[in-house]
Amino acid sequence: MKTKPKPKPMGTIGTALACAGLLLCSNAYTDSVKIGFVTTLTTPAGVIGKDMQDAVNLAVDHLGAKMAGKDIEIFFEDDGFKPEIGKQKTDKLVKQDDVDFVTGFIWSHVLLASRKSALDAGKFLISANAGPSKLAGKLCHENFFSTSWQNDQTPMAMGEVLNQQNVKSLYVMAPNYAAGKNMVAGVERTFKGEIAGKDLTKWGKDAQLDFSAELAKAKASGAEGLFVFYPGKAGGAFMKQYQQAGLVESLPLYTVFTVDSIALPKLQGANMEGVLGSRNTMFWSPDLDTPGNRKFVSGFREKYGKYPSFYAAQAYDSIMLINSGVEGAGGNVDDMDAVRSAMKQANFDSVRGKYTYGNNHFPIQNFYLREVVEDADGNWTSKIVSTVLENHQDPYAAECKL
Amino acid sequence: MNWDLLIIQCLNGLQLGLLLFLLAAGLTLIFGIMDFINLSHGSFYMIGAYFCASITNLTGSLILGVVISLIGVLIVGALVEALLARRLYRNDHLDHVLVTLGLILCFDTAVHFFWGAEGMTIPLPPALDGQVNMGDIVIPTYRFVIIIAGLLVAGGLYLLVNKTHLGMLIRAGASNRVMVTALGINIDRLYMIVFAIGAAMAGFAGMLIAPITEASVGMGNEIIIIAFVVVIVGGIGSVKGAFYGALLIGLIDTLGRSYLDDFLKLSMPANYAETAAPALSAMMVYILMAAILAFRPRGLFPPATKS
Amino acid sequence: MTGSQTNPPQEPDRDTQGKSWGKVSGSTTVYLGIIVLLGFAPPFLSLINEPFYLDLLSRMLILGIAALSLNLILGYGGMISMGHAAYLGIGAYCVGIPAYYEIYNGFVHLALAIVLSGIFAFLSGIISLRTKGVYFIMITLAFTQMLYFTFVSLEEYGGDDGLVIELRSEFPGLFDTENNTNLYYCIYLTLLGSLLLVHRLIQAPFGRVIIGSKHNEERMRSLGYNTYRYRLVCYVISGILCGIAGVFLGNFTSFISPEMMDWTHSGELIFMIVIGGVNSLFGPLIGSMLFIFFEEWLSGITVYWHFIFGLMLIALVLFGKGGINGLITALFGERR
Repeated sequence: MKTKPKPKPMGTIGTALACAGLLLCSNAYTDSVKIGFVTTLTTPAGVIGKDMQDAVNLAVDHLGAKMAGKDIEIFFEDDGFKPEIGKQKTDKLVKQDDVDFVTGFIWSHVLLASRKSALDAGKFLISANAGPSKLAGKLCHENFFSTSWQNDQTPMAMGEVLNQQNVKSLYVMAPNYAAGKNMVAGVERTFKGEIAGKDLTKWGKDAQLDFSAELAKAKASGAEGLFVFYPGKAGGAFMKQYQQAGLVESLPLYTVFTVDSIALPKLQGANMEGVLGSRNTMFWSPDLDTPGNRKFVSGFREKYGKYPSFYAAQAYDSIMLINSGVEGAGGNVDDMDAVRSAMKQANFDSVRGKYTYGNNHFPIQNFYLREVVEDADGNWTSKIVSTVLENHQDPYAAECKL
Repeated sequence: MNWDLLIIQCLNGLQLGLLLFLLAAGLTLIFGIMDFINLSHGSFYMIGAYFCASITNLTGSLILGVVISLIGVLIVGALVEALLARRLYRNDHLDHVLVTLGLILCFDTAVHFFWGAEGMTIPLPPALDGQVNMGDIVIPTYRFVIIIAGLLVAGGLYLLVNKTHLGMLIRAGASNRVMVTALGINIDRLYMIVFAIGAAMAGFAGMLIAPITEASVGMGNEIIIIAFVVVIVGGIGSVKGAFYGALLIGLIDTLGRSYLDDFLKLSMPANYAETAAPALSAMMVYILMAAILAFRPRGLFPPATKS
Repeated sequence: MTGSQTNPPQEPDRDTQGKSWGKVSGSTTVYLGIIVLLGFAPPFLSLINEPFYLDLLSRMLILGIAALSLNLILGYGGMISMGHAAYLGIGAYCVGIPAYYEIYNGFVHLALAIVLSGIFAFLSGIISLRTKGVYFIMITLAFTQMLYFTFVSLEEYGGDDGLVIELRSEFPGLFDTENNTNLYYCIYLTLLGSLLLVHRLIQAPFGRVIIGSKHNEERMRSLGYNTYRYRLVCYVISGILCGIAGVFLGNFTSFISPEMMDWTHSGELIFMIVIGGVNSLFGPLIGSMLFIFFEEWLSGITVYWHFIFGLMLIALVLFGKGGINGLITALFGERR
């Protein structure tokens, strides 16, 4: 047997790995607050992640890059719109970067997949968007917080609006994933009329974007209203097809998370006048008059020259919530009990104004009916019409044993 | 049974089928003549949409946007052929798959870099933004435009392939490559023309769909798989096969989405039926392909004299 | 006109066939060295306190097994499957669905994975193997898409959202897979077993028929071999091996979703094989290691990393014939 030990290539690979390791971990022992932010930066949904990233950077600016006198370090990670990648990135954040907080998460399925990695590692997990029912109920956790809403809440508010407007029958469309199913469940929970039909369409990176067949079905169903939930680019596509199909008059549209500040400039560019006046429910609006929101919206418009989306508002709040926790613990991030009890107070200038946390750490907050309008400069934006639900708590809180 | 709805859904299926045909026609020609598997054919679809969106937004004219973008995609197609594809015709299929997979990544990232992740819309002139009424049947005007444009391109391609000298060479190439080379035809030029025309048709499909959805990164990556199914179902190298295959698959997909959930509700709880139906209608396309291959291993309309 | 007829046989195969147990070439020594080093990775990484790299290595080895299994049909058999990710998914769901019903016994998971991926390979193989070339690529893809959409429609098991696996497979009395080091060694030993299995298969007359029918099926048939059956058996073995890799993947990520069966993942497995070197026993493993290393490294640098990745793919095919295996063989050696 000829054996010529040649450790060379392995040596180089080993050295390379070690070097990479040193580079990546050189700041492991500095005294700073480390926050991992998992969002979508590639794929078309990357535009949402960009908005959140902008808001996080704005929040860091507003905080003077310090929390309780410590430097803020933010690690942005791209989940690529895929649950397993999101989980991998969360693993990396907690194991390699040793972050104190993991936040972000646009998508319910990414959050559900990543939850265990963050919580098992003893880190705080803060959702800045996704609010799947499981995390509000059975899977609630003392170290999990939300700065958004539970998925069912916003459509529940819409259900109330539909009742107020005396809509008798409703056609429902949503993407076929965790949040979509929650949204449908939410509207069915409060809507008192009849559900004339329902379509759950393919979601994910190869999401269905041509809704011709579904719109034809909705029209044929004879429903008095159409409820949809299509976040991100699907929202813009849906709105266009809805208008092109000429349904604006015959089948009034009620949306949640579909017409947002990301879609509006594009819809305006495509002359989709039918969007103006369309109504949706939400916990927040750019024109909401609270000190925190004024500072956030004006700061965001000044820095980035556009209206922030609700994703941005929630991302901004997630950093502010963390700040309130870190300050409450006097800067000692390792004192998780102190951080947790401070965060539970929600004692900061939230963009939505004062709110409280329920036992499951989801906000108890107001929900508003909003309308799409043209602002003084001719840009399309959303404006609050009325308050639909006051201090509303999600329906899953009772299932949470905290 | 709501017959109006059925007619509308058939028209929707026809529209999807014609879009698929525009993609599949180029694919099947490139496939049949050069024996080249071009997974990145969907990138031309995306590039066409982005070109058209940019130029339309810049000039304010959709027609100008379409014309200039068609030329643009033709050039991109010709470049890809001359710089990359040409060197690979003799390699095995594995190399084609890998190189074109790499090309998809490059194109997607380049578009993300230059145009951003947010996607672009193509505004429609008011004349195309309305609806066409035929009794109780109301169809968006623009969807009619897609159907008519698709049929026109299909007809043009039929004439090109069957009535012109170039078409004769293409047909000869698809059924017997060796003979065309033996006849002393400038085969490199023929290949480049076919590749560029294929790319332009895919780009045209992208331009047609963008006003309905939008131009977005990676928009061609899923539809290209369906277009491949069309090519296989129709028979590699057969434009006629691609046409019928595309219509068949467009109809199956659309009608599946329309009626499968009602059908499934007969045998399972409603909430399961609602989530299962979209997945099953997507699956039917592949079941169809496997079934056709099991009985006709070379597709429905294989070119006549394939060696 | 099929792929196997238009392509001239590639030379290196002859060597792989001709090697006997006794002689070990320089390149093999390098590979064996890497394998031995991999065995020492967990204590080393815990010494330098880098648990994340153990995760990375685990993923490399799991996908290494998967790529190895694909190489059995793709590299040696010339059957380009664009649907091998299906077996990763089957294996992973064989952990996830029993775990959903609180059945955590690892032997049950493994047995299920072996049986079900075997059945799926057998049934899809019966039809697929009747086709050649690009039809084979497409029909393997079609079967995987069918499976993908089946799992998407299974609402009970999470549908599109996937399923979180709360507890990993248990091997009572043997070891505790909740410990990442144990899981790593479990994967490592399986990898060693798989390498040995593939090596033996290829050396055996079975392997010669498979390689022979890749180059000239007519000849093998005229020699009296029922090449269809040989290929089918090879295809089933490959599927089962990949299914086992899927069991580890499910355990490792503690999460499964239909996305695991996406056609791009099948493409990535092919990519790994080509990086490492088609027709080489260790190539797929090296390829998967490099693939994941680059993926992790480049994605940390820029969101536009796919561009570099794409260029690498193209360059690899245009200039890098033989992959890393070709390089290592050229450096260390003597093939004959």
